[in-house]
Amino acid sequence: MTEPLIAVQHLAIAFPNNPVFKDLNFTINQGDFLTVIGENGVGKTTLIRALLGLVKPTSGSINYYPSKKATKIGYVPQFRNLDQEYPLTIEDFVGLNIRGWLPWLTKAEHRQVNTAMSVTNVKKIKQRPLGMASGGEKQRAYLAQAIVEEPQLLILDESTASLDNEMKYELLDLVQNLNQTSNITVLFITHDLPLAQKYADHFLALRPGQQEYGTMAGMSIEQLKEVSDV
Amino acid sequence: MFSLAFMRHAYLAGTFIAIICGTIGVFVIARNLSFLTHTLSEIGFAGAAFGIFMGWTALSGMLIFTVISSVIVGQMSVKQSRREASISAISALFIGLGILFLSLSNQTSSYATSILFGSVIGIAQADVIRVAVLSGIVLLVMLGLYRPLKFDSFDAIGARVSGLWTTAISVVFLVLVAMSVSVAAQIVGSLLIFILLTLPAAAARYFVHTVSKMIGLSILFALVGVWLGLYLSYVTNLPVSFFIAAIECIFYFAALGYQRLSVGS
Repeated sequence: MTEPLIAVQHLAIAFPNNPVFKDLNFTINQGDFLTVIGENGVGKTTLIRALLGLVKPTSGSINYYPSKKATKIGYVPQFRNLDQEYPLTIEDFVGLNIRGWLPWLTKAEHRQVNTAMSVTNVKKIKQRPLGMASGGEKQRAYLAQAIVEEPQLLILDESTASLDNEMKYELLDLVQNLNQTSNITVLFITHDLPLAQKYADHFLALRPGQQEYGTMAGMSIEQLKEVSDV
Repeated sequence: MFSLAFMRHAYLAGTFIAIICGTIGVFVIARNLSFLTHTLSEIGFAGAAFGIFMGWTALSGMLIFTVISSVIVGQMSVKQSRREASISAISALFIGLGILFLSLSNQTSSYATSILFGSVIGIAQADVIRVAVLSGIVLLVMLGLYRPLKFDSFDAIGARVSGLWTTAISVVFLVLVAMSVSVAAQIVGSLLIFILLTLPAAAARYFVHTVSKMIGLSILFALVGVWLGLYLSYVTNLPVSFFIAAIECIFYFAALGYQRLSVGS
């Protein structure tokens, strides 16, 4: 039986003069690959920020099981402001997310970094400065950093939006592999309905004032368009 | 040269200053705080003048002013869009205050010159001990905070979503910068402190690509600048801050040239 990881109940978030959600309800089970789809401005990023604890709900609740503190979350954003002169190597960048108090990484922590780089296919280019990496390599390095602490939940926030088609599928193949082999729960925010349909097993479609949550099995792209207005 | 006590003191104090500026500088550059460092050095001038006015040491006045103002400036500068304007306003106010306190304390213009541009001759053993203790505190806090500070400085987005207490890290870091500014002013003077806090680190990032190596190389650039600057100042009887500034600029422009060559090849 699948165990819940996050339960969102009657969630309402409102900024001054801008109610984003009124009554949002859904559950993410452990091992789910949930896609959140919807037009720009419908509140996808606000929802992620709320799940990360960066925005306080106006009312309702977000419950993590067993607890928020015990749930490690990896996050891959669409964009990081790293220019060509960004100096760190991919290896050093991935290691940033290793928690601890020693100034240096222990052998076990080095192994963690190496594993994350192997899984995301960036080990061969680990000495390359991240600023000099291609768009696809950067996204894989971000993914490696996000999974280096072996999170229970991986959030992809429009992470494929700036990639060409081949790189999108390459990145999501890696994510799907993590989802299936390591049982990492995935929350994938996107506009790209074909990608959502190919990889996700559940969807949450957001429209102003409305939501639809369901299983992806049997959903056509036309049906996804209809429920999400994308 | 080392038979003179003030030169021994200058070299000892200069070594501590180079080590903390080289270390802190790597994070100053990563966090885009060069402009703030410049402002803190002007605030340091006002603080030193205030310390003299109150009958304390210049270092005490500098520490009080820079630490308090770094926290205020840090809070004001949270929004990137208003960072430069708010720093300029604070900067103007503190230069004015520095001139006011100097005038009220009836010190000569040569005293103002030594605060602004630094002085090797004035460093006593007690100053060296103060510099060593403050440098030790800064380095210990840096060691304790190393991983979270590194994460927040080199990947602010990742650090924030991973739940790090980034606001607290920023405040502690600004206090460390303020302490470094006050310590470094003892030799290079308040006007040129930002040179040691920015140029060695800015040059190092073009040659090496891990944080630990950047810190090592940045310390080396700062040490060479301070040691060679002190020597050249001794033999030519010209201001040490000029030589330090010139040497660090050479490192920085050489680094830019190296970067251009390696990108082109």
